[in-house]
This record gives sequence, C-alpha cells and structure tokens, in this order.
Amino acid sequence: MKAGDLVELAGRNLRESVLRNSLTTVGISVGVASLVAMLSLGIGLQHLASSRLAKSGLFDSIYVTSGRRMQGPNGRRENRKTPPPSLDEGARQKMARFAGVAEVYPDVRFPAELKVPSVDAANSPPRASVEASTNASSGHSGEGQPSREYQLISGLPMSARQLESFDNMKGEYFSSPDAAEIILQSEEAKTLTDKPDDLLGKEIVLRYASRHLLNDDGSSSAASEYGAASELSVYAVSPKEATLKVVGLVESKADAGIRGAGSAGAYVPINLALKLEPMQMTQVRLAGDRDPLANNYSALIVRATRSSQVEGIENQIKQLGYNTFSLLDATRNLRRFFAILDLFLGIFGSLALAVASLGIINTLVMSILERRREIGIMKAIGASDGDVQKLFFAEAGAMGIFGGAVGVLLGWIIGRVINFGTRVYMQRQQQFTPDDVWLVPLWLVLGAIGFSVIVSLLAGLYPAARAARLDPVQALRYD
Amino acid sequence: MPIQNTSHGAAIRVQGLARVYRMGDSEIRAVNDVTFSIEAGEFVALLGTSGSGKSSLLNLIAGLDTPTAGSVTVAERDLARMSREELARYRRSTVGMVFQAFNLVPAMTVLENVELPMRFAEVPREHRMERARAALERVGLGHRVDHRPSELSGGEQQRASLARALVNHPSLLLADEPTGNLDSRTGTEIMDLIHTINKEGTTVLMVTHERPLAERYASRFIFLRDGKLVEDPAEVPA
Repeated sequence: MKAGDLVELAGRNLRESVLRNSLTTVGISVGVASLVAMLSLGIGLQHLASSRLAKSGLFDSIYVTSGRRMQGPNGRRENRKTPPPSLDEGARQKMARFAGVAEVYPDVRFPAELKVPSVDAANSPPRASVEASTNASSGHSGEGQPSREYQLISGLPMSARQLESFDNMKGEYFSSPDAAEIILQSEEAKTLTDKPDDLLGKEIVLRYASRHLLNDDGSSSAASEYGAASELSVYAVSPKEATLKVVGLVESKADAGIRGAGSAGAYVPINLALKLEPMQMTQVRLAGDRDPLANNYSALIVRATRSSQVEGIENQIKQLGYNTFSLLDATRNLRRFFAILDLFLGIFGSLALAVASLGIINTLVMSILERRREIGIMKAIGASDGDVQKLFFAEAGAMGIFGGAVGVLLGWIIGRVINFGTRVYMQRQQQFTPDDVWLVPLWLVLGAIGFSVIVSLLAGLYPAARAARLDPVQALRYD
Repeated sequence: MPIQNTSHGAAIRVQGLARVYRMGDSEIRAVNDVTFSIEAGEFVALLGTSGSGKSSLLNLIAGLDTPTAGSVTVAERDLARMSREELARYRRSTVGMVFQAFNLVPAMTVLENVELPMRFAEVPREHRMERARAALERVGLGHRVDHRPSELSGGEQQRASLARALVNHPSLLLADEPTGNLDSRTGTEIMDLIHTINKEGTTVLMVTHERPLAERYASRFIFLRDGKLVEDPAEVPA
C-alpha cells in the first residue's frame, strides 16, 4: 500500500472514533507538555546561571605576569639559565593571536586623587571634601590632614561594558578607548558631592603620580632619587593632573576579579590609562629594585571567547615562560550539574509521556478488537500483513505527531505563564533584575515532537504486530 | 463497461488437501484428503451441510488459510509454497471473494469499499474512481455509490460486494453462500449476475447448501461431507 493511502486510511480510522483517539492524543500532549515544561525550566536555569557567570568576567580571563617577578621586593632571584621573556607589546600581540583569545589588554591600576574643580581649585592645597570620609579606599590620608579622596583607578577595555557591574549603570559607557572620560562608583562619588547624579557630564580632575622615562643623561634630581642605580633606564615620578569628563555612575562595586576592575573606585578607558603613564601599584613595589620594568607591562589580562578555552590558552602562555593565573573553569562543573538536573527533570517529565504511551497501546488494542472484522476483510481482499501493520503504525504515529505538537504548544504556554509569574515576583523583590527562567529552544520543540512520535511508534509496535498476525479466517468467522 | 481480462479463468487443482484444527486435545479434520480439479471458466458449486468443511475448503483455495497437508494449485501456482506476502498478492490479483455476510466496511461508502482492494493493489489514484464506478455500474449500483452499506438493502450490499470482488479483474471468483442472507428474488438476481460474470470467462466456485440454486446455475457439483468428498449426490441432503 502506498504512503498516501496509508495516511488517508489512518486518518479515516482516527476520525471514526474521534472521542477516544482525541483523549489518547490529549494524554500524549500532557506528557509532552510536562517534558517540555521540565526541560525548558532546566535549560532556562542553566542559561541564566551561565550567562551570569560569563557576565561576572571571572571565568574567561587569564592574568599573565612576567616570569621573573613573582617573588617579593627583596626576594631571591630564581636561578634560571635563560632570562624569562619580557611582558611587552610583542608578547601581547603574540598572545592575541592564540586561537580562542578574544582580546589581550594590560592590567592598569593606579591610585589617584579625584577632585571636583569647582570645589577644589587646581593648585590649592587639598581641602576636606564635604563628607569627611572614613571610606576604606581613602587610605592615603596623608600627614594628618583631612582626607584626600584617593581612589584606585582601573583601566578598562571597551568589552568590559558586558560585565554585570555595568548592567544598571547611569549615563554612558566610554565612547572610545582613548576618550578622556571616567566612570565613578556611586558610593565613591558621594564622597565628592552630595548629589552624585549631578556629576554626570561634568568634568573632574584626576591627580596622580606619573612615572615616565627620563632622557639618557639622567641629570634630573628625580632620576637620581629613584633610578640612579639602574643600568637600564631612569624614571621620574612626578605629580600630574588630568581633566576627565564623568560619563557614568555604577551602582555596585565591580567585583570583576581579575578582569581588571578589581576593587577600583573609578574607571577610565584602557588606552587613556596607558597614555597617562601612571605609577602603578606593582611599580611602587618595584620602584627601588635594580631592574625596573622597562617598557614592559606589569600584567596582561587575556580574555578567552569561551571559558572552556581558558585552560588551553593558559598552557600556551605558560610555555612562553610567563606566570599565569585563572580561576578554575567553574562552568564545567556547572554544566555537569545541569546535565544531571536536566536528566532528572527529563525523567520526571517523561513519566507522564510513558503513561500516555500506555494510553496509545490501550487505544490501539481496543481498536483491534473493534476492527477485528474490518482487518479480516482487508486481508481477504488483498491486504498483506505489512499493510495492516503499517496502518496501525501510521495511526500511532499520527497520534504522536498531533500529541507532540499540541504538547509543545501547551508546554510553551505553561512556560510563559511561569515566566510571567517569576518576573512579577522578582520585580516585587526589588533587588533582583527580572530574568527569564524559562527557555524553549527550537531543538527542544523539534526534539519533543520527535520523541513523542518515537514513543508513540514504540507503543504502536505491539498492537500493530498483533493486528498483522490476526487470522482472517477467525476474524471473518462470526457474524 | 464489461469486466476486463477475465477471458482466461484460472484452473484449480486440489491434491490430497487436508486441514486439521486443534481444539484442546481433540483434532477436527475440517478438510480430509480432498482431491479434485476445476477447469478454467467452469462454474462449480460446492455443496454440503453446515459443518461439512466446505467453507474451510474455500478459505484454503482463497489463500486465507494454509493447509495441514496436500496442495492447492491455482493458475499453475502452488499456494502451499507461497509466503504470506505472496498469498496477499494472490488474494488481491487472482481471486475475488463474496461472502454470505457481505463483509463491507461499514464506515466507508460503497464507492470507497470498492476502491479499497485497488489501494492494496497500488492502482494509481487517477484510475481508481473510474474503475470503481464502472464496477458498480456493472452490478447495477451506479446510483448508490455514495451511500454507506447500512443504508443499502441486502441485495444491494451483495451487489456492492460483487463489484469489490471484481474490481481488480480476478480470474477466479469464490462465493461463500452468496444468497444465504437474501430473499429468493434478490438471491436470483445475484445468481444471475454471477452467472453472467462466469459467462464472461471468470471461473466461479460457489459454496452453497441450496441444491436447487446450484442445479440451476452451476455446470458441475462437488459434494462434501465431514470434510471428505462424496461421490453420490444423493447422499447430500438438499
């Protein structure tokens, strides 16, 4: 029998006892809906968790330092035959070319003093800001004077916009990597003015220590003070100022660990930070050393496109002779956890489908009893065993397709309702940003319908075989 | 339109045929060492009382049942050697069957019932309706094609059943008590129809217990009692 006839006859048979077959199909739908609901919850939660982790910036970055500087300022030299490679622009370019590396940027963090120009004139001695701060970050309060607002300033690449910390920022992110712009932490901004929001768009003065290379003659007094002992180069450290425009305010402290943000109180674009040539925290420590960091970076941050690639990239960098640091790939464990969660959700979801498949078996077996005579007639006028078997298979498959399609729709609706509920709840809780905990990807839709058809066909195996085996003589014997 | 391709009725040779049913511990020899042959184009009546084994014999020739022993050769092919698939093909192409109880599918219209064997024979869709209508015209049922069997009289149902049996142009028509559920006038109409079909070349083997009917239409009789052939027609009560 041709496929078209098979479908036609199966459809006719299903319509013939429409109530019973509809109920069976609804049973499958409920089973599929519960499977879809369970799995999409698991997938949604996984997506939520991994996107949160990705946004934290903790697990896709490698912190790279030069191989020679891991001991303390007075530490012993490592006895290496070859000197470790320097962490310069060439090294940065090389790492940027590794597969899976999204970007490489230097870690620039430096202490600086922030001033609002209208309050503090440029050259006047520092006055007490309005709120005499006991803030922890104002550690350098100087010689008993009222506090100067020292902040740790961090240079950030444009990609840091994706970090969770900037999700709810006021104002804008940096317009370019070179822009003379700054983003302040709201809490820190309060130490500058009563109304931090008013700072947006205003200019602010950054006072910092600049460390720059002197000419070879090294005649400067600063050079003799800081770098006279060096055979290589001579640096001067001098106070400098830069006027920056406040473009944004961020609510929380960026807890972005090694992605550079650290516990900084303000952020500037990375290229601007490099151009300022600030004296960095690590350089303070190394300032008295015989071998200052020449043109090297104190540290580089290598960002991978995927957290799963971190380990491979890290090994490559280690082979170049650098020290590296990264957090363990937490997403790997997360994925394992969610695989198990999905499995359990899937099993529970499938239970309803298993019950529904019993419904199919029951319906088709009943149908065989009812259509005993009809099967006998079909065989007498030329239907083969295979024809009869395929007919019952087609009926089971049709119930599977309809049940699957309706079930996916049902599951999707349930998901929307729960999404709506959780959004309302999270909004009421205030401190959470509303998120979708429910995700129905296309593969789940197709997979659920496919699974439903497969389960239905499996359920149809026994009835179809039984119908095919039916003895036409027996079936036609009784009137 | 006349029924086509029926000019060569199939010859049947039955050799030592036996069919034994097991009912618990006892054996029932429904057909017991039967040997006979029918020439192509004959109209043969198979006579016997109820339980004489005539329906069992007909089912064996129809390929619906497989013999315990012996052979049935129709159109030079031994049914006992055929696979189930080959038997199905034989039933849809070589044999047409008519039953006492008509055995139309109640959920289908008359036209759909007649179309059904062509679905199994994979006749192209575009030819089916035409052939089904022609077959129904042939049996005088052209005006009731869209009715369901339950809306038809017994005679009309048997006509529809005949149209279905003939639509794939079989060379052998097997009729199991075709007039058993009909009044005598309608029965006569059906027998006239079967007679015409036979005249056009189809071999007919008809099971009946009505001797007068058999004598009126059949060219030859085969008598069966307790599963065995009986030579003397007198031994078979009318």
